Amino acid sequence: MDAQTPMFPSPYDLQAPKGAEDWRDLYPYYLTFQPQLREKEDAKFWFCDSQHWPNPFRPFDAMTVEFSVKCLGQYNTRHLMVPPANGVDYRIHNGYCYMSPVAVAPELIAGRVPMFMERAGHYFANWDSLIENWHKKVRANIDEMEALQFEKLPDVVPLEWITEGRGLDNTTAIIENYDRAINLLYRTWQYHFEFLNLGYAAYLDFFGFLKGEFPTIPDQAIAKMVQGVDSDLFRPDDEIKKLARLAVSLGVADALRNGAVDDALAAVAATPNGAEWIAAWEAAKDPWFNFTSGNGFYSTDKYWIEHLDIPLGYLRDYIVRIEAGETIERPTAKLIAERDRITEEYAEMLDDEAKAVFEGKLGLARTVFPYVENHNFYIEHWSMGVFWKKMRELSQLLHEEGFWPTPDGMFFLSRQEVRDALFDYGNAWATGGDWIGPHHWPQEIDRRRAILAALATEPPRPALNNPPEVITEPFTIMLWGITSEAIQSWVGTDENSMELTGMAASPGRVEGIARVLRSPDDLHLIQQGEILVTPVTAPSWAPVFGKIAATVTDIGGMMSHAAIVCREYGLPAVTGTGTGSSRIKTGQRLRVDGNAGTVTILD
Amino acid sequence: MTEKFILPFDRITAADHDRVGGKCASLGEMTRHGVAVPPGFAITTEAYAEMLAHQGLHAEIAALLDTLDPDDVVSTERVARNIETRVRSHPMPAHIEQAIRDAYTAMGGDLAVAVRSSATAEDLPDASFAGQQDTYLWVIGADQVVEKVRDCWGSLFTARAIAYRAKAGLGQIEVLMSVAVQKMVNARVAGVAMTLNPTTGDRTKIVIDASWGLGELVVSGVVTPDNFTVEKVLMEVINRKIGDKHLELVGDATAGATIERPVDADRRASACMTDAEVIAVAALAKRLEKQNGCPQDVEWAIDADLPDGENLLALQSRPETVWSQKKTAAKPKASYAVGMAGIVGTLNNPLGSKT
Repeated sequence: MDAQTPMFPSPYDLQAPKGAEDWRDLYPYYLTFQPQLREKEDAKFWFCDSQHWPNPFRPFDAMTVEFSVKCLGQYNTRHLMVPPANGVDYRIHNGYCYMSPVAVAPELIAGRVPMFMERAGHYFANWDSLIENWHKKVRANIDEMEALQFEKLPDVVPLEWITEGRGLDNTTAIIENYDRAINLLYRTWQYHFEFLNLGYAAYLDFFGFLKGEFPTIPDQAIAKMVQGVDSDLFRPDDEIKKLARLAVSLGVADALRNGAVDDALAAVAATPNGAEWIAAWEAAKDPWFNFTSGNGFYSTDKYWIEHLDIPLGYLRDYIVRIEAGETIERPTAKLIAERDRITEEYAEMLDDEAKAVFEGKLGLARTVFPYVENHNFYIEHWSMGVFWKKMRELSQLLHEEGFWPTPDGMFFLSRQEVRDALFDYGNAWATGGDWIGPHHWPQEIDRRRAILAALATEPPRPALNNPPEVITEPFTIMLWGITSEAIQSWVGTDENSMELTGMAASPGRVEGIARVLRSPDDLHLIQQGEILVTPVTAPSWAPVFGKIAATVTDIGGMMSHAAIVCREYGLPAVTGTGTGSSRIKTGQRLRVDGNAGTVTILD
Repeated sequence: MTEKFILPFDRITAADHDRVGGKCASLGEMTRHGVAVPPGFAITTEAYAEMLAHQGLHAEIAALLDTLDPDDVVSTERVARNIETRVRSHPMPAHIEQAIRDAYTAMGGDLAVAVRSSATAEDLPDASFAGQQDTYLWVIGADQVVEKVRDCWGSLFTARAIAYRAKAGLGQIEVLMSVAVQKMVNARVAGVAMTLNPTTGDRTKIVIDASWGLGELVVSGVVTPDNFTVEKVLMEVINRKIGDKHLELVGDATAGATIERPVDADRRASACMTDAEVIAVAALAKRLEKQNGCPQDVEWAIDADLPDGENLLALQSRPETVWSQKKTAAKPKASYAVGMAGIVGTLNNPLGSKT
């Protein structure tokens, strides 16, 4: 590699896969690398965020990257005035998204410090009451979204609208409700980041302090000191476990054992104690089954509440394990004791002055960290679940009206195009003429579908252009776990090497057979004792964690949801291997060392 | 009354330290805290003192010492040899000899034992010097035990020990010695565990050296041991370096001694311990550190004759000295950024919040 060759390709040289040449038609202009900006864009380093967006996204789903990354940025740049860091710029290229943090000019950093101290200081000082308020805001948002209705246009405006002199038609609500849904989602993502950056900053401060005192302390030891054991993120799985116990104790396990969801529930209802169990099942559903088997960023995500076969499948597994005499509950008392032991033993190795500092930083980290874990349930799972459900209803409506041949057609339109389609829908209804959509969208959606399929044939590049000499941007490190060493490892990957390295995300050392999964739909293929190898995991995969021996992911840092859940379940994990899911094949024997962060292919 | 001369490990208390020396005191301490230690007994300094008093040996040694010119190596050598020979050939007072024989027999007949000197606090505080005093492994039979006890006493008067005491201004004949008689470990694997990283002083690590057979070859550096690093809090093995363990020291029951023998190619290049065993040793060392309130240097062995779970034995635990002394010297004063200043510092320099 000479000085002229960048470490990673330029997006301007990176061609689309065959059949995907027109992919730019799928996304708004500001999301793609513009030819006239080549010099500027190539001067920046872009890393791929395949942690949140592992697959090329449908035009409608691009909104998830737009809203989330824009809202991340606003807090740094405009609300809190984070001294060295503005937001993160982002582009889509060949269907994947690439991020580039926007630094603050060095001469401006000092000037932002007082504002940051005041603003962030207010949040830290009033954390608990502000969080309480946050929950209210988010819940109100969810309730409002849940209440949105999309109804087919009638042949005639209702008579009472005439008699009460309303002066509006039925298209108004559809368009307004669609706009409202988008705006509520926009609010949701602003709320998402209201606390998150600060939470990570406080955690990183604690982290950096300990690394200074104990240079070789494992990252996972620090994570364990702040980790909550009663995070809302674990509630859905805990609820399933409780329901499984209840089923066994009420004697309804046999009725639940077989058949489709409706049949099984009907069979339970027919048993003497069935009503009690059904009531518990219904109570658990709202909100805890607002839980996706993906990560909330895709319209294709499957939420438990709409696919009850998923939680029921887990429930059935748990019943079998309970009947075999296993303890399926998380040992929370033990986890708390272990957390306290780890904290205490490190603290004992500090001198008195350092110990006092440690206590202070630990206190703040423990105050803020529950948010870092909990928000995921309220935003990615619950809020996004309701949003996608409403959008699916709208897509279904237009499908039934002939706008597209499949119920999911709307997601091949951008959010602005959906507005166009809705106007088209209302327009011809008003003129009495013909809708244009049914003649325009089916073939356009087919074309886009083919482009996306072509994009998906090629994995994303880990990064574009040259990295800075040293990564010092705090959010790159905190949120994505990207460090100078990590970048080196992406480049230095020897395709023939039998060893992969990543983050030592959760301790333990095991050998076992690999099961490579690219989609949560394949989760049922996992056999007892296998090692799960996947681009990225979701917290909702927890129920299979009781079955597997270890997890290996392509992407994700110490604080990724996969890492958090694996530590919680005591499962060895190596995250961020970069290429694990493409280099490892199902059936290969692996050794996973969650202490060293290595995965060895043994055959 | 026998406790005047003989103290089983489980009867030794802190108050007995001066009578039994550092090694026996540590073995007693561990035994009392329920740490698995090969059973045995201390022969107290009173036994040694009484032997000196017996038939005027004390005066004889004093007379020999009078001829000593500590600056003259040849003279020191000559005096040392004379005293040593004298001590080793001196008949032991019958009641002391009987007490040793009884204590040995009580351990179970013809048991193989280790006979080790146990220096008292006034003498030879330096670990390398302690090593100058005698250790006899795989001793079998009461006659042999008695003889080796006498040899240990004699080892107080090696030329080096005499010269050291002369230089340190310690008395020669006033210094007393205790001897440990301890059930021999039939070590499958043995070695040393330090409750800090000896190269960096990092207290979050436990570093273990281990090799096949008895631990003496590890301590003396004759073999390159396997080297394991354990994270002390998480108790995870984080590094394994496999050494070339070409020799092992094992007991030879018929000879009543240890023999050094070559290790076959397979074993010499493979790890001598499983991870579970490494963790067990680390847990033992960590426990001893906690018990003693400072970093420890622990000798241990895994006995081939004992069942899993009961086969790990502590042979010795003493305070680590190198880093413990350094630390008090000069730890640079760190200044910490706390509160919001800490957060700002972290954001500006996310990989180190110390200023």
